[in-house]
Amino acid sequence: MEIPYNVEERQDTGMFNGKLGIWLFLASEVMLFGGLFSAYVFLRMGDVTGAFNSGSSELNVPLATFNTLVLISSSVTMIMSWVSLKLGEQKKFKQYLGATLLLAAVFLVVKYFEYTAKFHHGIFPETSTFFAIYFTLTGLHMIHILGGMIVIFYFLVPGSKMMNIEPERFTNRIEIVGLYWHFVDLVWIFLFPVLYLL
Amino acid sequence: MSKHSVEDIKKSVKVYIGVFAALAVLTVVTVAASYLDLSFGESFFLALTIASIKGTLVAGYFMHLFTERTAVLAVLGLTFFFLITIMFLPFMAFTDQSAI
Repeated sequence: MEIPYNVEERQDTGMFNGKLGIWLFLASEVMLFGGLFSAYVFLRMGDVTGAFNSGSSELNVPLATFNTLVLISSSVTMIMSWVSLKLGEQKKFKQYLGATLLLAAVFLVVKYFEYTAKFHHGIFPETSTFFAIYFTLTGLHMIHILGGMIVIFYFLVPGSKMMNIEPERFTNRIEIVGLYWHFVDLVWIFLFPVLYLL
Repeated sequence: MSKHSVEDIKKSVKVYIGVFAALAVLTVVTVAASYLDLSFGESFFLALTIASIKGTLVAGYFMHLFTERTAVLAVLGLTFFFLITIMFLPFMAFTDQSAI
């Protein structure tokens, strides 16, 4: 049985079903991270020990700035992969999507070095309320990066067969992955100043 | 944002590059601003303003929200309402506590 509205638009929503689906998922993600940002505000307002000021001063701002630029670049390569598909340039699509995967890996490697440096200095989530929320927020964000990488890898290698069989449906799938990836970038845009700079 | 002509797409590539440049510059500005001698309130306001501009650029252009369908905007509008509510809960809790 054919699944309806995975290419053609529904009249009532004006879009294919997958797109509304990813937006509903992203809405739940907004609330997930929103809840944790709210916890950050709560802990910061109740911080009488100065854990937040001393904690954020121990974080590596140059590395995080570099990682911010890496993630922004990956958002551009992601959207360029979708643009390439729209223009029927399959080779460029693979190059851009491959670049996105590589940049995501760079982000995780940098984060690995940041985390291990903290562990070597005896800093763990239990160290203070600041580091508890720091590891929770950045850890959850890293899981999202990892999840995105798995999906991107799928569409780059095994899932790319659909590109020639059902090109329009495949393009829609890449648009959906892109929406997720830009959201992950969006979360980091707020995480970076809140955790590292304030 | 699902019906595009080749010309439209080629035009949008220039926009994407422009947005990328703006995001990179604003990242540097955010870091530079953190070294200014400002109070916590001022730093907080400045950092979140810049982050909000960056977020609007990503959501508006990369996620095509500026040209998105009403159904998506309705979902996000409702989400935004609850997000603002949840962000104000800590303030309400502390106001309540200080009233005791």
